[in-house]
Amino acid sequence: MTWVLANLGLIWARTLDHVVLSLPPIVLCFLIALPLGWLARRYRISRGIILTGAGLLYAVPSLPLFFVLPAVIGTGLRSPLNVIIALTLYGVALMVRVVSDGLDSVDADVRQSASAVGYSAWSRFWQVELPLSGPVLLAGLRVVAVSTVSLVTVGAVIGVQSLGSLFTDGFQRGIQAEIIAGLVVTVGLALVFDGGLVLAGRVLMPWNRRAAPSKPNVPVELRAT
Amino acid sequence: MFTITRGRLALVSAVAVGAVVALAGCASGDPLDEGGSSAGSETLVIGSQDYYSNEIIAEIYAQALEDGGFTVDRQFRIGQREAYLPEIESGALDVFPEYTGSLLQALDADAPGGTADEVYTALEAALPAGLTVLDRADASDQNSWTVTQAFADTYGLTDIASLTKVTEPITVGGNSELETRPYGPTALKEKYGIEIAGFTPVEDSGGPLTVKALVDKKIQLANVYTADPNIASNDLIALDDPDGLFLPDNVVPVVSDKVDDSAAEILNAVSAALDADTLVALNALSVNDQAAADTIATDWLTEQGLI
Amino acid sequence: MNLFADAVNWILEPANYVGSNAIPLRLAQHLVFTLVTLVMASAIAIPLGYLIGHTGRGRGLAVTTSGGLRAIPTLGLLTLVALWVGIGVVAPYVALTVLAIPPILAGAYTGFEAIDRRTVDAARAVGMSELQIVQKVEVPLGLPLLIGGLRSATLQVIATATLAAYVADLGLGRYLFAGLKTRDYAEMLGGSMLVILLALALEGIFALIQRFVVPRGVSGRVGGRAPGTTDSTPVSHSLRTEDPTVAR
Repeated sequence: MTWVLANLGLIWARTLDHVVLSLPPIVLCFLIALPLGWLARRYRISRGIILTGAGLLYAVPSLPLFFVLPAVIGTGLRSPLNVIIALTLYGVALMVRVVSDGLDSVDADVRQSASAVGYSAWSRFWQVELPLSGPVLLAGLRVVAVSTVSLVTVGAVIGVQSLGSLFTDGFQRGIQAEIIAGLVVTVGLALVFDGGLVLAGRVLMPWNRRAAPSKPNVPVELRAT
Repeated sequence: MFTITRGRLALVSAVAVGAVVALAGCASGDPLDEGGSSAGSETLVIGSQDYYSNEIIAEIYAQALEDGGFTVDRQFRIGQREAYLPEIESGALDVFPEYTGSLLQALDADAPGGTADEVYTALEAALPAGLTVLDRADASDQNSWTVTQAFADTYGLTDIASLTKVTEPITVGGNSELETRPYGPTALKEKYGIEIAGFTPVEDSGGPLTVKALVDKKIQLANVYTADPNIASNDLIALDDPDGLFLPDNVVPVVSDKVDDSAAEILNAVSAALDADTLVALNALSVNDQAAADTIATDWLTEQGLI
Repeated sequence: MNLFADAVNWILEPANYVGSNAIPLRLAQHLVFTLVTLVMASAIAIPLGYLIGHTGRGRGLAVTTSGGLRAIPTLGLLTLVALWVGIGVVAPYVALTVLAIPPILAGAYTGFEAIDRRTVDAARAVGMSELQIVQKVEVPLGLPLLIGGLRSATLQVIATATLAAYVADLGLGRYLFAGLKTRDYAEMLGGSMLVILLALALEGIFALIQRFVVPRGVSGRVGGRAPGTTDSTPVSHSLRTEDPTVAR
């Protein structure tokens, strides 16, 4: 506790570093996964390729990825870009399937009705399918946000400062309060991101709060939580 | 309904983008700046390893230089040698606290050992163009074969060679690279005929976990850095190395040619004051008293009359 | 890429198949470690998940807790536990079990929740006891989603079990750390490839299992598309927007 009180400035600085590293991957992976997920749902061939590729990508351990990436894309080893790109890749790997499933969850009847009333494929996607799969996308994005915040810490091993630096430093010096502070703030930050997404979801999808009339083909009755 | 949503989407996006921009702006330093091409040539970029003790030394260099009127940019905690060595070589860093023997081996894997001065001379020759080392300090932070005092007493151990007297199985602990280093378990067997029963990786560079493993008797022999205050506080003993199995690892500033004579003078004064006991004491302030690097540096420099 | 060719050569190098650091040995260690971790995580998560799924109670708490667990950086937890219990396999087992619990827990309770309430009500109407409902209706019908949760837990544990080598002479992570520290990128990359191959092999096995666990007479729709780590099948079928844990 003494350590925490004496080092609030350090913790705050690392928290800011952490936020700067974790926000771009979350936003980027969503933007990239959207077209990929659409493609994965649209054609059988692209589905196999994209979803298998995404699964493979997620199986890559993060530590070697952080080291190999600079060699592959030519950035400096301790460039924060490595962390951002690596985490964007993981996020895409997660989100592609979510997007594909989310679009899948839109009722076929709804889709056909939209076409019947004159929506083009393009406008149907943006105005019908995307909003209706919103809840699924949001759920996926929340997982991405939480795991991204957690994975940023690994970057400390390659010299990219974040809350993970509190682990490496606390570990070397045997200061448990520092390690615990790192853990607690990381988890807290993840929960803040998560809450922010939930809030954004409420603002963007107000219809979803009242027992979802847009409920996709879910074979369950939603119990009140 | 969806038209409204689009308006809201725009709003939320705007808020999100605004937040990202604002955060990027106010975070400590530009995270995307790799520090390679600093515009003001007056600024000296000081780096440090991702090792608390190295950071203390770097902070001492930084404060001493600042006191001498130099502007410094602290880029501390940049990983292990494999991460920062290319950056020193490329000139992205101007001052870096290093250790003579380890740096020499990193630059030239076949470098022969020797005394502190011999290693220093060899290092001067091995450095790439544009880089030099200033005076070395007496302080060193080198590899050692360390055992608990109780273990040493049981078998009457004093130096590395005496490990042959041990009758129980010896398990070695240390970073995974220790297994293949020229002073590793294989050398112990070939040079001294010491039987090693097993190797356990503990990837904390002789830190608290390694020390705990020694104390818990999960390992008997570990590679701990000699300036580690844990050696004293946990009743450990670093075995003598009369044959020079380990290269001497004296603290030395590696500098680029941006470091002029007056800056070099300041750093040399620091090195002259930094003796072996001092380094252990500074490390102890960090580990035992949990003091921050900048406080430790200021206190010591003031006490020495260097600032 | 030269780098990748070197890594493949490293994997094929006969010298890497003998001694205490042989590839088959490390693979086996990695696999055993993963399986034991999954068994331990399952022993905690499945009963708990079934309880939550059956009673519908404690769901909010489970969601928050497993969300929190997910956010815990494994390296931080591992080192902290290691400082308490010392080096060896205990700390990695604890840290990785914590990692594996959230997806299995989510798989267990979403599996129950995804069952049509009418099916459960029908079972109750024909006179089944609560225990019978769990055993004969909910467990079999929830199995596809549970397997999905196990599958994503497996993938995560396989990839992250490399960290066990941080404090123990164990598994494929040894190659990663050794390669990293000695700048032997062929070894590091080769080790990573082995991890990926192992993950793929287990993925294949899970895909097969999932095909067989759908009870007869039930449409395979719910668990038909295999949930992997990247999976969101539970999401699309038991839509809980406030639940960050279901998407894996």
